[in-house]
Amino acid sequence: MEILDFVMTNLDLLGKLTLEHIALVGVAVGLATLTGVPIGIAITQNERVATVVLYVASILITIPSIALFGIMIPILSTIGHGIGYLPAVIAVLLYSQLPIIRNTYTAIHNVSPGLREAARGIGMTSGQRLQKVEIPLSVPLIMAGVRTAVVMNIGVMAIAAYIGAGGLGVLISRGISQSDPRQLVVGAIAVSLLAIIADRSLLLLQRKLTPRGL
Amino acid sequence: MKGLGTSRFFQLPVLIGVFLLGVYLQRSGLIDGMLYYWEDIVYLTNQHIQLTIISGSLAIAVGLPLGIVLSRPRFIKVSEWAMQGLNIGTTIPTLAILALSMSLLGIGFVPSVFGLFIASLLPIVRNTYTGLLGIPAHLKESASGIGMSAGQMLLRVEIPNAANVIFAGIRTALAINVGTVPLVFLIGGGGLGELIFTGIDLFDTEMMLAGALMTALLAITVDILVAACAFLMVPRGINPSRA
Amino acid sequence: MITLDNLTKIFDTDRGVVSAADHINMEVPQGEICVLLGPSGCGKTTTLKMVNRIITPTSGRVLINGKDTSEQDTVSLRRSIGYVIQQIGLFPNMTIEENISIVPKLIGWDKSRYLKRASELLEMVAMDPAIFLKRYPNELSGGQQQRIGVIRALAADPPVMLMDEPFGAIDPINREVIQDEFLKLHRELKKTVMFVSHDIDEAVKMADRIAIFKEGKLIQYDTPDDILSHPINDFVKGFVGRDRALKRLQLVTVAEVLETESSVVTAEDSLATALQRMTDAGYERAIIVVDGDGRPVGYVSRSVATTTKGNCGQHSYNLRTLVRPEDDLRTVASKMFTHDATWLPCVSEHGKLMGVVTQRGITHHLGATYKSSHAKEQNLQHARVAP
Repeated sequence: MEILDFVMTNLDLLGKLTLEHIALVGVAVGLATLTGVPIGIAITQNERVATVVLYVASILITIPSIALFGIMIPILSTIGHGIGYLPAVIAVLLYSQLPIIRNTYTAIHNVSPGLREAARGIGMTSGQRLQKVEIPLSVPLIMAGVRTAVVMNIGVMAIAAYIGAGGLGVLISRGISQSDPRQLVVGAIAVSLLAIIADRSLLLLQRKLTPRGL
Repeated sequence: MKGLGTSRFFQLPVLIGVFLLGVYLQRSGLIDGMLYYWEDIVYLTNQHIQLTIISGSLAIAVGLPLGIVLSRPRFIKVSEWAMQGLNIGTTIPTLAILALSMSLLGIGFVPSVFGLFIASLLPIVRNTYTGLLGIPAHLKESASGIGMSAGQMLLRVEIPNAANVIFAGIRTALAINVGTVPLVFLIGGGGLGELIFTGIDLFDTEMMLAGALMTALLAITVDILVAACAFLMVPRGINPSRA
Repeated sequence: MITLDNLTKIFDTDRGVVSAADHINMEVPQGEICVLLGPSGCGKTTTLKMVNRIITPTSGRVLINGKDTSEQDTVSLRRSIGYVIQQIGLFPNMTIEENISIVPKLIGWDKSRYLKRASELLEMVAMDPAIFLKRYPNELSGGQQQRIGVIRALAADPPVMLMDEPFGAIDPINREVIQDEFLKLHRELKKTVMFVSHDIDEAVKMADRIAIFKEGKLIQYDTPDDILSHPINDFVKGFVGRDRALKRLQLVTVAEVLETESSVVTAEDSLATALQRMTDAGYERAIIVVDGDGRPVGYVSRSVATTTKGNCGQHSYNLRTLVRPEDDLRTVASKMFTHDATWLPCVSEHGKLMGVVTQRGITHHLGATYKSSHAKEQNLQHARVAP
């Protein structure tokens, strides 16, 4: 009851924080998609480079988010943005690379050789092949990578409240520091719901984007 | 042996990078600054590792049997529901899990271990279940056709052939686990998070970096250890890294 | 010996009740290969899998050497039956050695014995134990894997083997080879084998008896020759194919149709002698020329012998091809068509002339069964039919 009261009296705040959270994750993953997909496509040209890139991205993702924030703060302080949304967005951008690059790479790599040969056989240039065959066939898997990135980073962004980035993590951090179970539980549930809803709706989108024939 | 070749390919640039970073840090006085906290680092690292080991082994001890039980045909109805639940569960952010654990159990060691346990349990159960379910029907038919009992089939055929998937689950789980341990400081569980969060609050770069670098190092070490275990324990015939 | 007694399996499916096997009665005698044959969904696989209780029968009994299988412990029953499936089912986590030894290990053989057995079996299928024992299944070709699948089933020396389309996934050339190998193995080991196939040629080649299934019923159970020469109804007729008479050719060897009383000439005999002997023996076209050891070296044609003078050596033609007594008639017919010949000489291991095979002889042999068929049907219950 207490919790419901809290939600009702703080709807404004809740809405503001949720939007902030969505905006931060959206911008970061959006940027990550813009870099990750081209990188993923580019590395299909060279297996060696691909191994290196995927290896670096996978090391990066094992670094705990709060540690990554910690490492970035002194570096970004030099340009006056040690605390705030910038390190958070950069961290999310970095974390998103692995799922997006890996899925793009795998998807393009897995386009069947037969299909590729057929495309070449009917006289498509390599650019046309990429545009008309390889990318359309890869969209579902790339979307799956974006989805993984979004869900993971909704969690990362919650932690970013501790470096002053805002978002729903603010409620959790205040709940903990003020020993206020209302803020704590509302924050936790709100961020969980946001992750679940994002997961489900991106899954729907992923299915929509899958070419009918697949 | 592909993995080895790649790591050799990396060694030189990585070594040079680490060396240059070291030189820079030394000259800027950061290393001395960080070493000032040496005793804290040792103590908290210890605590950090304990938290991971206790909650991680609990998660494996519970997750494996749970995954096995759910994969048995007679639980098929239950397990479909359970998997739906687990899929949703894995999307819940770890900070939220810790927060909920705190609102249930208060602060300190127990809620910390419980939160970590829950966060790492889900991938283990899920991968054990899907790994066992993914064993091709003809292997199971062969096994029962040559007269293996259900237990023999599980131990000699199903688990070894699902080992890749199961280990992938354990690896994900432990990565989540070590990634979450710094956060348990917030609910009174200790660990290296203490240096990081206190460092951020006090604008003490050395303190924060000491915690952050150590945490990152531990995370990477755990990941490598699990990968090494998988390399050694997954039978050669189905081990992609030993093909 | 495997006996099926009113064996029935009824499945409850979404589309209603389906009887996958309907009161099947049959008996596979000791040491014979019985092929269960039919289109997909005819109940042959269901029937096979009821023998080792992978599928539990709805009613009826399976007896192995007179013992009811439902009264035995399922696990030990299966350990006493070799089982080979189309997907092979080698365990990818185990080496070849471990795969072969698995059943002996389960029934408690000691280590030295099952290791020795594994090497022995590999040698039987011409695979070098030194090379293959420590390999993993994914390091073997499909044909090699299926050989391992077969010898794994033989490892604990079970009296009975069940094989579910074992060679179905192997390419045609390797399939021939592995079928031959299996037949050779079978001649040595004399297991009682039940073998599911959808390929009539494979059935004709492998089987001592063929059981033809349709929609869960056993339609005809007979020897391959009887199935081909006397298909019991239009379904069987259609299934064995319009070329069934030709298929029978591979069931008959040269030895069975060989005409041994051959008159011959030597190189030194005159053409007049040759002509005389042809007339005496009733040869219309030619006579074979042999050397001192009785080996065929050529032939003299009647037209040459009538119009020319001289000895046979100078006027003989070379023989284009020879056959052996163990060759089947399909091979012979193929050679006849290739070389445009109506007869071919047959030679022994040492090259000595044993006689000739003629087109007329082949036709006669195949025709004999048809002529006697009427009498046979009245006298013999050679075909058992499900109601």
